Amino acid sequence: MLTTQSSQATAAHADIAAQAALRYSGEFLTFTLGAEEYGIEILKVQEIRGYDAVTTLVNAPEFIKGVVNLRGVIVPIVDMRIKFHLGEPQYNAFTVVIILNVAGRVVGMVVDSVSDVVNLAADQIRPAPEFGAALDASYLIGLGTLGERMLILMDIERLMTSDDMALIETAHLVT
Amino acid sequence: MNVDMSQFFQVFFEEAAEHLASMEALLLKLDVSAPDLEEMNAIFRAAHSIKGGAGTFGFTDMVAVTHELETLLDKLRKQELALTADMVDAFLAAKDVVGGQLAAHQGGDAVSEENIRAACKRLKQLADRATAGAAAGDAPAAAARAQATTPAGVEGEDYGFFDDVSDANADAVSGASPVAAAADDTDEGFGFFSDAPAESAAAAVVDADAGYGFFGELPAVSPGVAEEISADSERAPRAAIPQNRASDHADAGIPITGRRATDRPGGAAAPAAAADTSIRVSVDKVDQLINLVGELVITQAMLAQTASRLDPVLYATMMNGMGQLERNTRDLQESVMSIRMMPIAFVFSRFPRLVRELAGKLDKQVELKTVGEGTELDKGLIEKIADPLTHLVRNSLDHGIESPQEREAAGKPAKGTITLSAYHQGGNVIIDVADDGAGLSRSKILAKAKERGMNVHDDMPDQEVWQLIFEAGFSTATVVTDVSGRGVGMDVVKRNIFSIGGRVEIDSAPGLGTRMSVRLPLTLAILDGMSVAVGKEVFIVPLTYVVESLQAAEHEIKTVSGQGRVVHVRGEYLPLTSLHQLFNIKPAAANVNANVGAGGTSGGIVMIVEAGGGKDGGKHALLVDALLGQHQVVIKSLQTNYRKVVGVSGATIMGDGHVALILDVGALVKMSRASEDRYQRTEELTS
Repeated sequence: MLTTQSSQATAAHADIAAQAALRYSGEFLTFTLGAEEYGIEILKVQEIRGYDAVTTLVNAPEFIKGVVNLRGVIVPIVDMRIKFHLGEPQYNAFTVVIILNVAGRVVGMVVDSVSDVVNLAADQIRPAPEFGAALDASYLIGLGTLGERMLILMDIERLMTSDDMALIETAHLVT
Repeated sequence: MNVDMSQFFQVFFEEAAEHLASMEALLLKLDVSAPDLEEMNAIFRAAHSIKGGAGTFGFTDMVAVTHELETLLDKLRKQELALTADMVDAFLAAKDVVGGQLAAHQGGDAVSEENIRAACKRLKQLADRATAGAAAGDAPAAAARAQATTPAGVEGEDYGFFDDVSDANADAVSGASPVAAAADDTDEGFGFFSDAPAESAAAAVVDADAGYGFFGELPAVSPGVAEEISADSERAPRAAIPQNRASDHADAGIPITGRRATDRPGGAAAPAAAADTSIRVSVDKVDQLINLVGELVITQAMLAQTASRLDPVLYATMMNGMGQLERNTRDLQESVMSIRMMPIAFVFSRFPRLVRELAGKLDKQVELKTVGEGTELDKGLIEKIADPLTHLVRNSLDHGIESPQEREAAGKPAKGTITLSAYHQGGNVIIDVADDGAGLSRSKILAKAKERGMNVHDDMPDQEVWQLIFEAGFSTATVVTDVSGRGVGMDVVKRNIFSIGGRVEIDSAPGLGTRMSVRLPLTLAILDGMSVAVGKEVFIVPLTYVVESLQAAEHEIKTVSGQGRVVHVRGEYLPLTSLHQLFNIKPAAANVNANVGAGGTSGGIVMIVEAGGGKDGGKHALLVDALLGQHQVVIKSLQTNYRKVVGVSGATIMGDGHVALILDVGALVKMSRASEDRYQRTEELTS
């Protein structure tokens, strides 16, 4: 009984994921966090820049490094390495910030390094397993296969607007 | 007096139109099965504001409809009735009627009496709930009848209209100009008329001439109400001048009148003279200018900082240039900001009539004094403060000032006084509404608060008790009149004032009167700030809060019962908060001693701030590492891309391109109190 239910659930999940994968096929920007390689939709990326002159926000979670002045716009910076306990948070001339444009907001995300832009067809995207990555599976689009490489495809918009990231007012009010 | 009032008609028209629009949007959004209470409140407030404004300007027909609207909404808001789709329809119909009336006052076509009555009746029936079923069937039918008859009449009497025009001219009956406007607009106007009277009226507004605003009280000629003109012409003397103007235009030719219409809907005759020396510019353009100047100020500051590292002897010319640039930028900024500045008289001069009429209605004798009408304030603020101030004045009149008999019994002159005064204090503008009435009743307020199940106790300080009257639905008036007593006014007042960065403070003494002080920032875009260093961080403290800064000696800092620290300044003991502690920042190396628990010596600077009135009022001392300088900073919102941070009111970009946080001193003081409380509680728990 239980097994049938769970297998049904898995089937349903795979179905949803397949749809999601279809919806998301296209170009992805890949970057690394620790030993893992991630991908996000290229259309969510505004620009990539170095890490400098961050003003600390008072009483903010540790992974929110602060805010920077991006040509007159105040942009919060999140360090994904701290958030997901991946890699060593080091800040030097090679630290990279991906500036995202999600849900009408501009947010910066610190990662270890940016690799390249890849094109993934729908059949190269597999549904994400329920566990495994440091991320909650609901923030994943799926796993992309590119030869030997495996890309963890993130639904960056959902992640950045989630309560977990504490970037948006509602999230703050709920807690 | 009438001419005086007329210059504010336009403001009221715009406000009312905004309220109507938001009301409609909210109504359409409303989920009938599970209405959001907050939205119900918002709709109610919109209706209430329209009623208030309409009352002020003597548009009694609008008051009548909105009063019905409000009564039903109030019942819904208090959850005495459940919302039905029928009610939403009735509200929308009533909203259209009010919109029509509003347009009629602006010179558009009048709404038919039948429509008004139908809408009122429908609302009343819904509110009474007695014959709910019948009302639902009846009212729309009536409305439908009304709508059905109107277009037919219009089509049939097209010629009759023009006859009316000539009659009007010949008899000098005041209907001339609306007819002219209507005639010019015939095709479009009447097309609208058939389905949405409100819209047609709104369209007519655009075409209304400066003079037409005066025709507010004259229903435009329409077949159904033609007789009313003669009745209304008795009131004509009041509108004599523009009538002449209007009929001149009419004589000159109807199309000309129509076309002149575009630029100044509803304005008075008087501003026409001023029109030659001023131009109308959209607020957007001004705001864009202000933003650009803001950026320029930042760039100038950045240059100045870079230049300050150069040798002044070698670069003397450049230094001169920099000085000049700074002065020019500042002047430019000031002039640009002053474009948005308007004297508060624009708001104040609404009140004499309001007070007079209200006093008459309530059988009270009241004198209104105004002081400091010349005080200038940002235009945006002026618009937003008008509503809250109206509520405050009405409130003072209704609840504050006693009846002449009571006053004489209390040994006071029969005539009460309400004083409106505006003045600058620091970087704030303060507007006081003071009355010499009975004062607030502490016991009544507390009793009411308890009745409403609020968390109160008898030993609350006065200030906290007074603030209770700003709670939603809180009114101690026993009778609900159309003046006040529904308990909407005050929560709107507080909400509106807070939304523009202001505060309200109340002082009251039994038997002597009440004073409500509204404290507003001068402008919303730029502030003068002191930059302070705390550890490696730089913060901006708005200069308006800063009283003084000093270097406190060790013996001047004392602890109270082992934990709270105070600083002794010229005989006063002020609570001292270390920003390092509050924000968890490591103090700069030189100031390790500034940290709490290290013997209480101070290496830093003590900044005395005044956090405004209320229970957070009074002076407070903040411990920082160093003062860096004084700047004008452009306020940027943190919420655009992030969320609100407690204790921080915004951010700004400094000369070197870094972001600095602007401190919200009021919240900081609150925070420090809360953290002390927490500290004390944990102490108690552990001991």
